[in-house]
Amino acid sequence: MRLRLGNPFVGFVVPALLVVAVAAVGSVVSSANEIYFLTALVDVVIVVGLYVFVGNSGVVSFGHISFVAVGAFGAGLATIPTDVKPNILPDLFPFIREHSIGNVESLLLAAALGGVFALLVGLPLMRLSGLAAGIATFAVLGITHNVLLYYTKIGPGAGTMTSIPETTHLTQALVAALIAIAVAWLYQLSPLGRLVRASREDAAVAQAVGVSVHRQRLWAFTLSGAICGFAGGLLVHQLGTITAEGVYLDLTFLTLAMLVVGGAGSLLGAVVGALLVSGLDSFLVNAENGVHVLGFSFDVPSGASLVVLGALMALILVLRPAGLTGGREARLPRLRRGRPQEPRPATGGTS
Amino acid sequence: MLQTALNALALGSVYALMAVGIGLVFGVLRLVNFAYGQLIMAGAFSLAVTSEHGWPDWASLLTCFAVVIALSLLMEVAVFRPLRDAPPATMLVATFAIAFLLQAIALMKFGSLGKVATIFPGLFDPVADSGRFATVRWVTIVAIALGVVAVVGLTALLERTSVGLHMRAAAADFRTARLLGVNANRVITLAVVLSGMLAAAVSVILVIQTPLVVPSFALRDTIIVLVGVVVGGLDRLWTATLGGFSIGVATSIFTDKLPTDATVYVDSFVFGLVILVLLLRPSGLFAPRSARPVERA
Repeated sequence: MRLRLGNPFVGFVVPALLVVAVAAVGSVVSSANEIYFLTALVDVVIVVGLYVFVGNSGVVSFGHISFVAVGAFGAGLATIPTDVKPNILPDLFPFIREHSIGNVESLLLAAALGGVFALLVGLPLMRLSGLAAGIATFAVLGITHNVLLYYTKIGPGAGTMTSIPETTHLTQALVAALIAIAVAWLYQLSPLGRLVRASREDAAVAQAVGVSVHRQRLWAFTLSGAICGFAGGLLVHQLGTITAEGVYLDLTFLTLAMLVVGGAGSLLGAVVGALLVSGLDSFLVNAENGVHVLGFSFDVPSGASLVVLGALMALILVLRPAGLTGGREARLPRLRRGRPQEPRPATGGTS
Repeated sequence: MLQTALNALALGSVYALMAVGIGLVFGVLRLVNFAYGQLIMAGAFSLAVTSEHGWPDWASLLTCFAVVIALSLLMEVAVFRPLRDAPPATMLVATFAIAFLLQAIALMKFGSLGKVATIFPGLFDPVADSGRFATVRWVTIVAIALGVVAVVGLTALLERTSVGLHMRAAAADFRTARLLGVNANRVITLAVVLSGMLAAAVSVILVIQTPLVVPSFALRDTIIVLVGVVVGGLDRLWTATLGGFSIGVATSIFTDKLPTDATVYVDSFVFGLVILVLLLRPSGLFAPRSARPVERA
């Protein structure tokens, strides 16, 4: 019994320790390399947000980057200093143009925007069956991108939004990642989380025992939209600039790759995948400019990072369909006898 | 008016062809192939490269079909087959990865500026020199005709031949069909080859309409069609096809009829309409009323 209470907590501690370790390493490396650790932490927040919906409900979403986009544009617009805002973005609605808020408020605003947006689009979309719902989220991404790309009253249009304060530093990114992990962990242990996970295992049976699949998926969608919006705020404050293309298909692919490579079925998988793929991506992008590792000189042709990432992701999926963690949470090594062996997911094996 | 109708029919036909290609594979594999647009892109690049080397049109055409069919078979063997028993989410993301991989390869090999394909240039000419047909081009007529031929041909194949019966059986219930002696690999291979042929045909039509081939060629169309087949209803081939056709018609009408300053928002209007339809008919626009909203594993 003691272990049963202890074990779920490990599911929080291990991912949390991982991000703390990454932040710790990031704080001792040179400031030129710090950016990669910062990127990894922001990626963790996005992927944890994605995981809250995809992992718990079992429905793949291709639209979550629209919540990141809304959070990023919202937080960016809200924090550009008012003395430069009318000059760089003259077409904005007067209210947005003349008001600015602080860093933390802008992150809260980003989370709220992401959550509300997810709730609104989730209302119709979550009524679809799983596969169709996932594909239909593409429509949301399409609309978001289309509007952000052309509507200059709420952003830079096809241009670049600049002059955003770069306030996301290691400490803030670490705290944000810990918050995201804690929220995701609490949610999946809560009654709501258990209901949506029941619908993941078998939607028909869950419905038969009285779970409203639609409502539970909608909760998960909204919460994950809020985390993704929050992540968008962090992202924009890390980069200092943002374009509509920057929060579209490439980021969608990259974050999905992170989630699936790590293992979409567990919080640990989301965090591990985000850290690993983010590190790999940073390395490959660097390698396109020529790097030297252990005496070997790599000269990778430009564009190769995406090829390697795509191939790697396809390979991992074929070899380990449930991801590196196999969809299992972290747990203590079994010290005490008497706990039955948990059945392994059928999809965890290699081919 | 006639112009708008013809444009709408043409885009609807092209999207219907793509929808059939996606729907065929979904029927036997329960797999939504995101990489379908990249098959079309690969076909378009093969047309561009061969025409650049001065190959005759028929040789380019054959190469295009060969490349696309070979690529789709390769996908089937290398990825779909090992993942056949994986959860649908994994398969979906795997095809997404392939789509991304193919696009990244194209970007690396051909650059973001792309290549120009000149194939059957005569088909881009207007049907008539003057009057209200001034902008109706031969390729529009070809697209509509091809759409009709493909749908009729496929219907004949599915309804009149034994392999078509096998495919319909596999689409209805794959496991039971196998138990009853349907050769799974044969049916799947046939579906993949047919869907590859459709992709090749679409790439020829699209290349004639927009000769500049870039790595993101047909990407937007694929996203729209994917959403379209969902709106139509993925469970049946004909509802998926109608879904693709309708979203093509809607896209074309929005493009022609929206006021000039709103034309950049065509995608938003189309996808907004999609969400509206989904709100009213969650199980698919053309699905029978009795269709159950509960999904099967």
